Amino acid sequence: MSEIQLHINGKDHQINVDPNTPILWVLRDHLNMSGTKYGCGIAQCGACTIHLDGVAIRSCSLPVSSVQGKSITTIEGLSKNGDHPVQQAWIEHDVPQCGYCQAGQIMSAAALLEENAHPTDTDIDVAMNGNICRCGTYTRIKAAIKTAAKIA
Amino acid sequence: MSTIKTSLGRRSFLQTSALTGGGLMLGFSWMASCTLKTEEEILSMPNEWFEINSYLKIGDNGVVTIYTPNPEFGQNVRTSMPMLIAEELDMDWQKVLVEQAPFHASKYGFQFTGGSRGIMSRWEPLRMAGASARHLLKEAAAQTWNVSIDDITTKSGFLIHEGTGNKAGYGEMASLAATLEVPEEVQLKDISDFNIIGKSQKNVDAKSIVTGKSMFGMDYKQEGMLYAMIEHPPAFGMTLSAVDDAAAKAMPGIRDVITFKSYKDGFEKGGFDTNAFPELVAIIGNSTWEVMQAKKKLSVDWKPFKAYSETLSGFRGKQTVNIPAGLESTESHKTRMAELAAKPGRVVRKDGNPEEAFKKAVKIIEKSYSAPFLAHNCMEPLNAFAHVDGDKATIAAPIQIPGMIVSTIASSLGIPEENIEMVMPRMGGGFGRKAYGHYVVEAAMISQKINAPVKLVYTREDDMTNGIYRPAYQATYKAALDENNNLTALHVKAGGIPESPLFANRFPAGAIDNYVAEEWSIDSNITIGAFRAPRSNFMAGAEQAFLDEVAEEAGKDPIQFRLDLLKRAKEDPVGERNDYDAERYAGVLELVRDKSAWDTDRGNLNRGVSAYFCHNTYAAHVLDLTIENGKPVVQNVCCAIDCGIVVNPDAAVNMAEGAITDGIGNAFYGELTFKDGVPEKTNFHQYRMIRMSEAPKEIDVHFVQNEIAPTGMGEPPFPPIFGAVANAMYKATGVRQYSQPFLGDKQVLG
Repeated sequence: MSEIQLHINGKDHQINVDPNTPILWVLRDHLNMSGTKYGCGIAQCGACTIHLDGVAIRSCSLPVSSVQGKSITTIEGLSKNGDHPVQQAWIEHDVPQCGYCQAGQIMSAAALLEENAHPTDTDIDVAMNGNICRCGTYTRIKAAIKTAAKIA
Repeated sequence: MSTIKTSLGRRSFLQTSALTGGGLMLGFSWMASCTLKTEEEILSMPNEWFEINSYLKIGDNGVVTIYTPNPEFGQNVRTSMPMLIAEELDMDWQKVLVEQAPFHASKYGFQFTGGSRGIMSRWEPLRMAGASARHLLKEAAAQTWNVSIDDITTKSGFLIHEGTGNKAGYGEMASLAATLEVPEEVQLKDISDFNIIGKSQKNVDAKSIVTGKSMFGMDYKQEGMLYAMIEHPPAFGMTLSAVDDAAAKAMPGIRDVITFKSYKDGFEKGGFDTNAFPELVAIIGNSTWEVMQAKKKLSVDWKPFKAYSETLSGFRGKQTVNIPAGLESTESHKTRMAELAAKPGRVVRKDGNPEEAFKKAVKIIEKSYSAPFLAHNCMEPLNAFAHVDGDKATIAAPIQIPGMIVSTIASSLGIPEENIEMVMPRMGGGFGRKAYGHYVVEAAMISQKINAPVKLVYTREDDMTNGIYRPAYQATYKAALDENNNLTALHVKAGGIPESPLFANRFPAGAIDNYVAEEWSIDSNITIGAFRAPRSNFMAGAEQAFLDEVAEEAGKDPIQFRLDLLKRAKEDPVGERNDYDAERYAGVLELVRDKSAWDTDRGNLNRGVSAYFCHNTYAAHVLDLTIENGKPVVQNVCCAIDCGIVVNPDAAVNMAEGAITDGIGNAFYGELTFKDGVPEKTNFHQYRMIRMSEAPKEIDVHFVQNEIAPTGMGEPPFPPIFGAVANAMYKATGVRQYSQPFLGDKQVLG
């Protein structure tokens, strides 16, 4: 166990935890931030996607000790009022079915648009291929990303 | 306008408010969702609520809370079911709040998710609940204004009496309405008067989902809650022998390691009590990660079990199921299936004289189709929270049929059913898997043993390798053509491990003079169960691929070939037990032919058509596919559906898009194989799921417009897509597809 300092969604947190614990489980079990989802634990499904210094990463496979001093953004902190262009577009296109993967999808999409304001279909395919949606909402996700690009 | 008998129980305001108080929960906000647009509006909550019936309460400011009865797993019922109530209440949809009703069978009837039956089964009861509330509000206004109830009209949450010019919001009349007797009969609106049903309404949970609110079973937390995981045998056919838990117990944060049986010895299972591994090891600790790490340190010896039989009492009555001993493999399954397919099966239906027709045939076409076991792979792995406290229990779990598991939990715990409070969180997918609640019983047993609230979490690996899988299937079709290329006889023989997928009375039965359907099955100890459109999800693809091949051999257009058969089935049906309406079936084919511009040359597109009827709904697809760098690319899917009245059109389109994408993924990649009882895929690095770049570029969904009571949408568009994929791939490659998955782990064709 060790004391870990985390900077999440603009706030500082101090926790006492096994430094090998993936950031996913620190968020979910220790900090009661359960918007970031567990899907596979091996960085293959994208349900656990968060931003680390603005870059989309899979939080299930990253030890908490490696993110100290870095800025973490989770779905809860993507926007203050739930009105990030990607979130707005997701509602406009009524994307979710079960909704379990969508936080991860949204975090991947937001990171894509941060880096590439006007992605092509191929850019979207490449950026989003790491996020599985078992309900099959991909066509809506793609359309919503294009709408978000226009809002932003 | 039609009248309908009311069947609402007496009001029970106190019990309901106690159950929906939410005092037990920490950081959990899935209960209330709303259609209101702005935060300010959400904050303007009423000072007082008046319960009109068990489905709705009205605030003094006119806001209405609707309790949605069924559990949600992505099929949109938390939006579409309240729409039915709000429509007949004649409410402004923007002033509706939605809450999950508690699990309470005597108040809410059968609260379930499955069989595409949600909207169909709630169509009348929920409209009745709304209409009855509206009637009480009108009566309250009539009494208040001293006018006849017949002269009062309603509009978007307001009561109006034109003669006197009186007008009042529902909130003003709610306190009086809540004291009035429920009428014996109420009138329902004409379909032409609908303002909410048939108009797309946004998912009431959209904002919560996109902002990451806790909604799912996996998110459920309670103070003092521990985390548990189970260790199950590594292979089907094995059971527990001995546990060495010393190393695991020595790991940080670990509270206990226990072994337990889910069900009592001699427990008579219901149809949804399926479990492969009756005795398990559980490891319990302070956090998910600590338990996950300690689980790796468990040392467990397993042993093969002996063959046994068990009685299942399911929807189809009691049946005895034989569970053989042994460690099964896909290779031996294939050999056994080929043997059975070559022998006569059990004849389920026979029309005319198929033997004679085949003797006289000018051309005989015979093809065999197969598909593997599939894992459900819901994005939310199985999990369940349980707090067993003496003879009481609180359960919160993603479960499709909570009512079916309560009696099992009661039996296992030895407590009365009525002492079990069942919370129904949103499910992160279900697809049939979460109909089988062994994991909920397991959580309850662990909680009882350790005397603490506990959350059981399956790792992805646990979830994939402890499945209630889609069975492996095989079907052989044989068709006879006469000298004029008429289809004179059809023979289908289908079977599977461990169940047959045959539907003997579905199309094309009824359209062919000489028809025979046979089935066979092979016992197995690999557990199987419902998977989105059970059995149909294989038979549709096999049948529709075969009909495509027969149409080609007969020199006919594949859509016209099907329409000709349906014409025969409509005008002069063969046999009397045909399970479809030939006219509605033809309707979706005609609509998809029109909307896809089937008769127009589409350049380099390779098109496959497929249609099917299951779960009371008709669906047809035309799929366009190209081959790029050796990979099939689905350019467009045009889809036509007849599910009667479409309650929430955009959500229904979303369901169809999802079913199409899911089906394409399973047709191309879905497969779980076994070696010596061990599932050969454990996580998504091995189990290939369809991803963004492989999804159809466009999906175009159309509905047949009619005024027939609505039927299901969750399953029907799924089965026929397998046939559309197979038929389009043939057009693209010249090679027919007989064995799923069509691509598997291959990156390119060939």
